[in-house]
Amino acid sequence: MHSTEHILLPEGSLEKLTTTLNLGPTHPATHGVFQNILEMDGERIQKATSTVGYIHRAFEKIAERRPLYQITPLTDRLNYCSSPINNMGWHLTCEKLLGVETPKRVDYLRIIIMELARISDHLICNSIVGVDSGAFSGFLYLMQYRELIYEIYEEVCGSRLTTNIGRIGGFERNFTNAAFEKLEKFLKEYPVQLKEFEKLFLRNRIFMGRTIGCGPISAERALNYGFTGPNLRAAGVDYDVRVHTPYSSYQDFEFTVPVGSTGDCYDRFLVRNEEMWQSLSIINQAYKKVQEFKGTDADIFHADVPAYYLPEKKDVYTKMEALIYHFKIIMGETEIPAGEVYSSVEGANGELGFYLISDGGRTPYRLHFRRPCFIYYQAYPEITKGSMLSDAIITMSSLNLIAGELDA
Amino acid sequence: MSLTNEIIKQKLVEKFGDQLTDWVEPYGMLTFTAPKDLNLKVLQFLFDDDELRFQFLTDLQAVHYPARKGEELAVVYHLHNLVDNVRIRFKVFTDVTKPDVFSVTALYQSANWMERETYDFFGVNFLGHPNLIRVLNVDEMDYFPMRKEFPMEEQTRVDKDDAMFGR
Amino acid sequence: MRPVRFNNKVKMVEAPASFMGDGFMATSLEKVVGLARKNSIWPLPFATSCCGIEFMATAASHYDIARFGAERMSFSPRQCDLLMVMGTISKKMGPVLKQVYLQMAEPRWVLSVGACACSGGIFDSYSVLQGIDQIIPVDVYVPGCPPRPEAILDGFMKIQELVGNESLRRRTGDKYRDMLAEYGIQ
Repeated sequence: MHSTEHILLPEGSLEKLTTTLNLGPTHPATHGVFQNILEMDGERIQKATSTVGYIHRAFEKIAERRPLYQITPLTDRLNYCSSPINNMGWHLTCEKLLGVETPKRVDYLRIIIMELARISDHLICNSIVGVDSGAFSGFLYLMQYRELIYEIYEEVCGSRLTTNIGRIGGFERNFTNAAFEKLEKFLKEYPVQLKEFEKLFLRNRIFMGRTIGCGPISAERALNYGFTGPNLRAAGVDYDVRVHTPYSSYQDFEFTVPVGSTGDCYDRFLVRNEEMWQSLSIINQAYKKVQEFKGTDADIFHADVPAYYLPEKKDVYTKMEALIYHFKIIMGETEIPAGEVYSSVEGANGELGFYLISDGGRTPYRLHFRRPCFIYYQAYPEITKGSMLSDAIITMSSLNLIAGELDA
Repeated sequence: MSLTNEIIKQKLVEKFGDQLTDWVEPYGMLTFTAPKDLNLKVLQFLFDDDELRFQFLTDLQAVHYPARKGEELAVVYHLHNLVDNVRIRFKVFTDVTKPDVFSVTALYQSANWMERETYDFFGVNFLGHPNLIRVLNVDEMDYFPMRKEFPMEEQTRVDKDDAMFGR
Repeated sequence: MRPVRFNNKVKMVEAPASFMGDGFMATSLEKVVGLARKNSIWPLPFATSCCGIEFMATAASHYDIARFGAERMSFSPRQCDLLMVMGTISKKMGPVLKQVYLQMAEPRWVLSVGACACSGGIFDSYSVLQGIDQIIPVDVYVPGCPPRPEAILDGFMKIQELVGNESLRRRTGDKYRDMLAEYGIQ
């Protein structure tokens, strides 16, 4: 169904002409601003040239002028569909540089928030693959649960999308009962909705016909192109940063890493779908573990590092020392050791790495984000060579390209 | 026998001798420096060796050290051995007036855009790169913005009061 | 004719001030055209970054934007009324945005959603355009980073007010032409 032999003109028959099509930066089906200049032979793509940088916001340059806490809102806007993961990845990097150990309860709460963010990102990606292949209703049903996840974020940090959640060493406030009630509601209702979504897509003949064989990539090529995350796992390599270098106590949890075989769009859809189920299982386990902390243990929501942890707001407004600490930490007047550290987390798209070089000053000397989308988008011309235009569109949306992360 | 930092260092020193310098281990990650002509050879050795097997390029980027005269731009490679789960980092230094470094796109396809990004931001000229043009900034830009001497802010802005913003 | 049995809570828009008689209603053309236009605006969602995701949430079923008449999101500038710019516009994207604006047919309105589109937002850097009003004229600004869907709907309702009260001669007058000339648009 997706082979190319029967359509190409035989060599020397007629003059072989290709048309150039600009799949421009403003296009309803490209998520974010990507431009592809396609050389097409009829409906088949012979060559694609990608242009990126239409939303380059110079994060790395800005980060050289901001103290550590002021960089957190910048990291939000990398992969904005799952911004808590970026925030916590950044805080984990700072904790590695500063040598801060977080207590277990903080780790488990962080895992709950990170897995919720992963679910919300995969939810958008899968429903948009549905929209691009023509099935709009799946998107509407699943977005309702994204609203519920936003409500949980609001209970913890106050904002919906770009969360700026957490502090170096933990969270800014303890999870309230309302947050846990909303979490329970989510854990009860979402599996039902996800099953309904699966019934609509997973064994649907039309969807399978659209996506099977569409945009495949082999494991060797994927590794050479630096793929990570669900796209690499769909190609057959089980590399997951949560398992390889466990951070934030992921080693205490039981979960499987789903792996595909051909790396085409259907495999990517299935891998993301199964990862949502695994994330639900991790959240259930983490929630049970959090409930086991009783009494004063249940009040711990941050590590005890007054030099780096912003004091609680009620103290800042009433006590003098807390106000001074708050001011000093935000303006970067605390002691930051010199050194270089590379730390990575499993973002929704792959290994999101932070390479931080500090020279002891207020702001980092150099901060580099290892952005998974930027690295695997290079493979797009190779993946779509020989495929039809509508397949190229579905490939782009199933790769889950987030423009903010790509251009940083 | 698992792959430790000592074994990696030993094998590299066996092959390249004392051309590799500055062996440090910040936060557990082995880091060393190589002369810039050897970067492709070191990467090839790390890729092909049966025990080392560093076959995944995690990251490639540059740092500008204006204080180190003659060696201002450092190109940093992060490699990952997925089978034994070991990461290393290695750097090459080059002069800012003639920043030529061999490209590693023949070995790792992922280095293609990463080197373009490094060229875009720092001006490092990668020899042998198939298509070394700017990737993130506008094509007409004639300076390399991430170098330390260039400012962050937009220079044509008229409504921001310099005194209030500390400039 | 069978009477309506189930859907009897239909909300009707207020008729404009008019002179009523037996079987006719006389009012000014501006008011009727304004009424028709404001309840059937077709937006072009020019979504570049995070504000685009909040727009998706606004268009989804919780904060439905379709009930304001924006049912059909046209992605072609030739067929849309309202250009909703959501997200950071960088200098590389500026000419593209200007070209999209020029392709729109009169009457056209622009809604700038999010701090980045209004003024560059938190990105005061060399590559970000500090506000889209440097290249195209903007009607309503919705600040926020990202603005809540309620805020986007509020901005949309302000656009509806502007659309409903606009004079039919505005787009052909000298003042409008002079304003466009400031942006270099004929």
